[in-house]
Amino acid sequence: MSMKKKAAADAAAGTSKTKTSAARIRLQKDMGDLGSLPKTMQMSFPDPNDMFNFVLTITPDDGFYKGGVFTFSFKVKEGYPHEAPKVLCTQKIYHPNIDLEGNVCLNILREDWKPVLNINSVMIGLQYIFLEPNPDDPLNKEAAQVLSTNRKLFEQNVNKSMKGGCIGSVTYDCVSA
Amino acid sequence: MQVDGVVNDWPNRWRHPDVYMDRGGPFAPESFIGGDELKEFIHSEDCKILVVGAGGLGCELLKNLALMGFKSIDVIDMDTIDVSNLNRQFLFRYKDVGKSKAEVAAEFIMKRVPGCVVTPYFGKIQDKDEEYYSQFAIIICGLDSVEARRWMNATVLSMYDEDDPSTLKPIVDGGTEGFKGQSRVIIPKSTACYECSLDMQTKPVTFPICTIANTPRMPEHCIQYASILLWPKEYPTTKIDGDDPDHINWLFNEASKRAEEYGIRGVTRTLTMGVVKNIIPAIASTNAIVAAATANEAFKLATSCAATVNNYMMYVGDEGLYTYTFPLEKKADCPVCGTESVKLAIPATWKLHELMESLLERQGTQMKKPSLACGDRSLYMQGPPPLEAATRPNLEKLVSELVKEGDTVVVTDSGLPISLKLVIHFE
Repeated sequence: MSMKKKAAADAAAGTSKTKTSAARIRLQKDMGDLGSLPKTMQMSFPDPNDMFNFVLTITPDDGFYKGGVFTFSFKVKEGYPHEAPKVLCTQKIYHPNIDLEGNVCLNILREDWKPVLNINSVMIGLQYIFLEPNPDDPLNKEAAQVLSTNRKLFEQNVNKSMKGGCIGSVTYDCVSA
Repeated sequence: MQVDGVVNDWPNRWRHPDVYMDRGGPFAPESFIGGDELKEFIHSEDCKILVVGAGGLGCELLKNLALMGFKSIDVIDMDTIDVSNLNRQFLFRYKDVGKSKAEVAAEFIMKRVPGCVVTPYFGKIQDKDEEYYSQFAIIICGLDSVEARRWMNATVLSMYDEDDPSTLKPIVDGGTEGFKGQSRVIIPKSTACYECSLDMQTKPVTFPICTIANTPRMPEHCIQYASILLWPKEYPTTKIDGDDPDHINWLFNEASKRAEEYGIRGVTRTLTMGVVKNIIPAIASTNAIVAAATANEAFKLATSCAATVNNYMMYVGDEGLYTYTFPLEKKADCPVCGTESVKLAIPATWKLHELMESLLERQGTQMKKPSLACGDRSLYMQGPPPLEAATRPNLEKLVSELVKEGDTVVVTDSGLPISLKLVIHFE
């Protein structure tokens, strides 16, 4: 459409005034307030000029998942903080609350998101499900069932899966540090 | 009677609204000055009104404003007319399906209300700049999305310069959802703005993803199973387009299979489209009620003939009938209106770290670790570590290498409610 062309032309000519969107101001505040991170979390930015897309790495220092390195992609949209950030686990892991496509069942990412929450709340929420996987809200039903019936076997399965092993018919990604 | 393209008003044409412009009521603000000058102002180009959105609310608004005597109106809408609009968007006819809403609405009003000039723009609000928006006395929104309202609000608020009263543009915002509605007035910097009340907005209905994946109970769960879990697996690179019949059919089929498996009834093609596009049924009469209240607020703002709503009216028609008016409060940490804008003149020889140091010494605010950006580019970020490292080299650069004269630098800091805007000038 000609409208798009016009917008592109305006941008090229530098006529569009530089403005910082409300979403970006809010995200800048969230990020600045993070400061240094706890040693169990790391962030990386494929493009350091783009704060809206980044990767979070969680290395739990306790619980079933100790010794694993887990990565999540964050996509923040202009609708932030009205809309929650979109978060996906980028590895295939054995976890009751994460499915094989990387969808995460964390209430504050969907039904309980509120604009007062921020990036840090989501990071803490993700860390929490590694310390306390929740068998009552399963996304990986098999894993949830094992967790609620046989914690010893669950622990073994987690360890095996983190080394890139097979549970049932599924081969998991190796996520050991 | 046409003279130079201007229709002279016939006797008593504006008899009714004139009553309110001859003398103010007991609650009229002190600033009210009634008489012919005011009437001429309302009819003149100096009192140009912008209507954003020419849909359900927009049609009503345009009709109301034109019949009140506003003769200079602009209307923006990016949509074209769909056959499903015709039951309530009464400026459109069957022959207009597929045409621009703004253009057809403008033409209809001009034909029906002689002397009223409606200028349409068929496109997005984001296509227009501050110069465009600054020509209006009042901006009225009849929009259907949070995103468009946030953009409009941020744009109008950013135009306001406290030293220049002509830059103050009130927004009157109407909205409806089925039998519910709202109408509000936003006066930049003096009332709460749209962003201040963002957490009050109803958000799209979302279900826990584990319910969708494992324990569906409602037809909506089955549809979201298809759209959220199956679609990305099947078509990882394609985004769902709610207007594409092939996409809707695929989702409808998958949702139906799921529903059958769990013995859930009620998955239909219409519901599938409704869930995917997040459609809320529109009731023509709710639009009429809300648009009437909204247009009246615009009239009161333009004339000062009576006090305007303070500042939010909600209309609840789905549980009996209830309206309630209350003042929404400004939020200190609002990223749009809680941000103070300051003109700052700095030596052209300053490096970024010198600007940072001057911020720490600033009186009135207690900044500790300011992060700075210009537009959508970070100048310096205090955290997280990779952003700090990536922006650290900027500290030794000249400010003038990073920003242009007159650019706005946005500062955030844990010591600020939200942010501070610095309009940079070089000495």
